[in-house]
Amino acid sequence: MVKFTVNGKEAYSEQPGDTPLLWVVRDELGLTGTKFGCGVAQCGACTVHVNGTPTRSCVTPISAVQGKRITTIEGLSPAADHPLQKAWIAEQVPQCGYCQSGQIMQAAALLAKNKSPTRQQIVSHMNGHLCRCGTYNRIVSAIERASKEV
Amino acid sequence: MIERDEARLLEFKISRREFLGGTAGLAFAFSLGLGAVAPRPAFAQAARQTLNAYVAIAPDGRIFIQFPGPEMGQGIMTGLPLIIAEELDADWSKVVVEQSPVGAPYHHPIFKAQYTVASITTLGYWTPLRIAGAQARRVLLDAAAAKWGVPVSDLLTEPSTVVHAASGRKMSYGEIAGFATPPASAPAIDAAKDLKPVDKYRLVGKDTQRVDVPAKTDGSARYGIDARVPGMVYATMARAPVRDSGPASSNADAIKKLPGVTDVMMLEHGVAIVGDTFNAVRKARMQLKVTWRSGVPGESVNTDKDLETYLGDGRDPKRVGWEWKSKGDTAKALAGAARVVAREYMNEHIYHGQMEPMNATAFVRGGEAELWVGTQAMSRTANDVAKALGISPDKVKVNQQFLGGGFGRRATVETSVDAALVSRAVGKPVKLVLSREDDLGAGTFRPMTVQRIEAGLDAAGNIVGWRHRVVGEPVGDFVYHPGYVKAANNRDAIFMSGAEVPYYTKVANWSSEHVPTPERTRVAAWRAIGSGYTKFAVESMIDELAHERNMDPLAFRLSLTDDARARRVLEKVAEMSGWGKKHASGTALGLAFAEYGLFAPKVGSLTAAVAEVSVNPRNGVIRVHNYWVAADAGLVINPAGFSAQIEGAVVHGLSAALKEGVTVKNGVVQQSNFHEYPILRMAEVPAIKVEIIRGVPPPSMVGELGLPATAPAVANAFFALTGKRLYHMPFTPARVQAALKA
Repeated sequence: MVKFTVNGKEAYSEQPGDTPLLWVVRDELGLTGTKFGCGVAQCGACTVHVNGTPTRSCVTPISAVQGKRITTIEGLSPAADHPLQKAWIAEQVPQCGYCQSGQIMQAAALLAKNKSPTRQQIVSHMNGHLCRCGTYNRIVSAIERASKEV
Repeated sequence: MIERDEARLLEFKISRREFLGGTAGLAFAFSLGLGAVAPRPAFAQAARQTLNAYVAIAPDGRIFIQFPGPEMGQGIMTGLPLIIAEELDADWSKVVVEQSPVGAPYHHPIFKAQYTVASITTLGYWTPLRIAGAQARRVLLDAAAAKWGVPVSDLLTEPSTVVHAASGRKMSYGEIAGFATPPASAPAIDAAKDLKPVDKYRLVGKDTQRVDVPAKTDGSARYGIDARVPGMVYATMARAPVRDSGPASSNADAIKKLPGVTDVMMLEHGVAIVGDTFNAVRKARMQLKVTWRSGVPGESVNTDKDLETYLGDGRDPKRVGWEWKSKGDTAKALAGAARVVAREYMNEHIYHGQMEPMNATAFVRGGEAELWVGTQAMSRTANDVAKALGISPDKVKVNQQFLGGGFGRRATVETSVDAALVSRAVGKPVKLVLSREDDLGAGTFRPMTVQRIEAGLDAAGNIVGWRHRVVGEPVGDFVYHPGYVKAANNRDAIFMSGAEVPYYTKVANWSSEHVPTPERTRVAAWRAIGSGYTKFAVESMIDELAHERNMDPLAFRLSLTDDARARRVLEKVAEMSGWGKKHASGTALGLAFAEYGLFAPKVGSLTAAVAEVSVNPRNGVIRVHNYWVAADAGLVINPAGFSAQIEGAVVHGLSAALKEGVTVKNGVVQQSNFHEYPILRMAEVPAIKVEIIRGVPPPSMVGELGLPATAPAVANAFFALTGKRLYHMPFTPARVQAALKA
């Protein structure tokens, strides 16, 4: 059994140790805001924080998170009012929205370390995330907007 | 295991939006034209018998508006209810949008079904929804008039309020809902005189925040893949790599013994693995070995060789195509031309790459089926599942979910059918999810084509005749059913869209034809359908002819059209981009014009776009720095949403133009995942500026409109920069370097 915390609560999984964290979060814990996109760390839709670090949960075996702190989009802020979430609404970023949990989690890790990133820093930090609807420019605008609030 | 999971789930946050959704019962509501109702199933049942199935109002003032289509990011979950709310004179802040069930009152008038393709959802529902809103308003007015004992003609409305101006009395819609009994039959509304004039609009035409956006920022939005049904098991599927093939044999016996796997099922076109967790079936899928039935036509598909064959087909005058559209006498005009310029354009198959892999959750029991799926084809989901199960479509309930991208991929419904068959076999709810590798390997693709345009010029270089031949596989038969294209008189709209120049009004003689090749590939609608490649050919050719004539590409295009709307988008984008003025050194501008829409020019949406590009000659990488679009789609419902759609379609189109291509060897797709099928990333996206030209009703095509101009705008900019032409999409570094050396 692997024990860890998810969004501040204790959780465990009895799945095999090589089970990707993504499927434990989604199917065992029912936190479906974290998405399956590619399964090979190419798209970023599955991004969660492990001890604060943005991590591709689709390639992170559950055995690697023993004792660690997992944060998913559902736990980013209790009232869904993180500056990034507010900025995402203000800039009307999402279209289909499927990639946006991962985008927001990736962006949150950036702002936690760097409160006023340059545009170039934003792009290089976010470039691993795909958005097929093409909302990239609005993502940048939303991060810039949020960075003025944090 | 599920029970334990559900118990553990309770420890986690229940999102406030789920909570809201859970209380959205209409038990206290009165449903206009429907009688007093209603838990949802009863609502759905009653809806089939009435005219106005769209509006219900609760005594607390909440206005529930049914939304008949899929929300896949295009924003119609907001746009369609806005149309109803406008006529109803609703206070938008009190509107709760709900997904409608499948049923006749919700059918798109053109498709006679709930089906969202071709960017004509808003156009199609425009009048029915205005009538639905006006009808609901009229019921409220009648009820208030009866209550006050005044003539209804003395009443008017303010947002969510009926007003008797003479006495100053006011009554909110919620209050009326508290006492009114709905009439036996819905009041008649005459679309010609009972609807609000455009100049009285206070919602339509203003920027409105999309109702689906908040749930898409906190993880609470539910997509098909997020469905959870008690007792549910998981499945994945290997689909035959080649169209029309299926499993002959497999190592199913070994797979069944793997941990967590409970069943392996042979289906007509694939092998499904069922198990306790998705991870178990996902891992088993990697060990599954299938021998596929051979002897199907698709085995002979080879991208490079087929392109050569297509080139020959395009050049061969004996290959007479299926006429798509024409004007004048093209053959005569070309025969009489001073000279004929012929050019050929190519594109490979491309993949939708929607971020949510194809999936469906189904529960089949006791002669009924229930599905949870995000689909562009709600009615067809019910119909095809019913057919596969041998039951009646009204025994199939479709619970529409958000779509993690549609783009045409979710216009076909095979995943729902497969999920239902697996559920029936195992007697449990089944969530079927494809791996990304299977989603791509058995994808449905925009067709590969070779296009040949022959332009007849007079001595001065004016276009006197224009023939456009598009070589490739018909799409309609695969998307709909065998024989579909023939039954449509060989008019394959998905394939041929955009192979026409109706807005170049000065071109007196033109024709286009589809030169069909054998049907061997899974070809489908991909955002902007044929226009995604036909406009690459048309607008590249126009640009080339401008230079042949020593004319500025903008001036040349303006010389070809006396259509006021077309001229306006061209002039607007020229102004936006500083066309003809000095710009950054090392870059150049390229222009393209494109209409979009199956009914153009009768109803057509127009764009003109300018791309600013540079190229790195060392590695052959094209970079698009800036992109400007002027767009006219008639009446605009939600300008903010309109701009977002254009921006997205531009990125989508640039991705296809610069990077995307599926290669097929002996019928098998050679790419497996995004590392082999790259799509545009953030660092590669230009600054995009959109200007909307506001037109008159009806509201026409928006969702795909931004895409067709992208490839030619880039190719034309590349020419302006380098003097070389790009004829083959995508413009990969290798092709760019080859063009530079040519």
